Amino acid sequence: MPKLDSTRYTFLFATVVCVVCALLIAVSAVGLRERQETNALLYRQKNVLLAAGLVKPGEDLSAKELVRVFDENIRIRLVDIATGELVPLETQDPKDFYQRKARDDPAQSRVAPPNNAGVSRLPTWGAVYFVMQGDDVRLVVLPIEGAGMWGPLYGILALEPDGNTVRGLTFYDQKETPGLGGEISNPKWQAVWNGRKVYNDKWEPQLTVIKGKAGPPDKDPHHIDGLSGATITSNAVSRLTAFWMSNEGWGRFLKRLREGVKP
Amino acid sequence: MTGIAAVFGKGERTALLAPIIANNPIGVQVLGICSALAVTTRMDKALVMGIGVTIVTACANLAVSTVRNWVPNSIRIIVQLAIIASLVIVVDQVLKAYLYELSLELSVFVGLIITNCIVMGRAEGYAMQNSPWASFLDGVGNGLGYALVLLLVALVRELTGAGRIFGYVVLPVASDGGWYVPNGLMLLAPSGLFLIALLVWLLRTWKPELQEKD
Repeated sequence: MPKLDSTRYTFLFATVVCVVCALLIAVSAVGLRERQETNALLYRQKNVLLAAGLVKPGEDLSAKELVRVFDENIRIRLVDIATGELVPLETQDPKDFYQRKARDDPAQSRVAPPNNAGVSRLPTWGAVYFVMQGDDVRLVVLPIEGAGMWGPLYGILALEPDGNTVRGLTFYDQKETPGLGGEISNPKWQAVWNGRKVYNDKWEPQLTVIKGKAGPPDKDPHHIDGLSGATITSNAVSRLTAFWMSNEGWGRFLKRLREGVKP
Repeated sequence: MTGIAAVFGKGERTALLAPIIANNPIGVQVLGICSALAVTTRMDKALVMGIGVTIVTACANLAVSTVRNWVPNSIRIIVQLAIIASLVIVVDQVLKAYLYELSLELSVFVGLIITNCIVMGRAEGYAMQNSPWASFLDGVGNGLGYALVLLLVALVRELTGAGRIFGYVVLPVASDGGWYVPNGLMLLAPSGLFLIALLVWLLRTWKPELQEKD
């Protein structure tokens, strides 16, 4: 039995503990990585389908079903956000592209222009999901993000090919107060977005979350019901929508879409 | 019979069962309150967190107890921490691989199991003095006691705050066309404090021997 309190033994023991713990963590991280990445991809695809209305909220699809619905209906293309042009498929395969990772990679992103939406970095390329019906574009699904009250809001907006009419919205990752700002994840509130218009006739982003109730979409196309008790979250949603619909965000791409760009 | 008695005698039974109610980590030892406030807004979260803490406490106790006779006294706390932290990371990885959507919401709190006083408290207070098997049972018992309180608090909070149990609608909420107007306070952290305080009060009324003489 070695002396338990000798310096040499203490160092030896600490080293052994560290090596054993490091091994344990490394084995679990490497062994589970593939499953985790599949999960993350499925989750992104499911949210695109939710925003596009191809999956109903609360519907529980198996992973296989989900991939089938996604592959049958959706074509992903990368878009150069600054110019709005599609990135050729040979340059980068969109299947391997993860926008949130690209945004944090200095080689694939830049500092965002000053804005009040809390967007600090913009990726050079963004992923656009085209919902297809045969060879025609039925919807485009665009990721949007910005700062909420307690943390970042990650959402997805589905627009018609006119680049103006909203057909769906989800916030799939947010940390707002449950029951108040957290209601942005409530499908009932998200349904209010259906049929609203993003732009006014000068093509300026106009869609805002107001205090109180908005009228029906055909009479009051630019307003969304406010969330009571959640003014900060409501304003955050207005600001990030305005930012991503402006020419700093998806604006230039939406212009090309109106001119008839196809994936 | 003697074989069973040797591995599951009176001492082992006490180690496993006492922490569930009589020596409940939250109600009596008042450990692990912080996470009990955060993860009790929904029952599924509370259940997963309870299972996570049970696994980590049991395995940490087992590991700490196994090496207890070889640990240099001067670094025993940091050794316990290293063991606990490694186990927590493994639990987080497993959650991400098998319960992805829940892990998105729980990840922050799972990471905080490291600082959950129950785990350290049992490793230092029990596992350092007792055999690995008894320590393992003590860990399971404390984890279950924690999970029990979490589930009770979550039951009240989810039912009154959102009208649901495990996500299933029990009281149709007014904003979805039902009759029940939910109490928003129940979804915020303060209500967790009130409910845990009520539980401690009830427990001490039921078992007067827990009350301190003043």
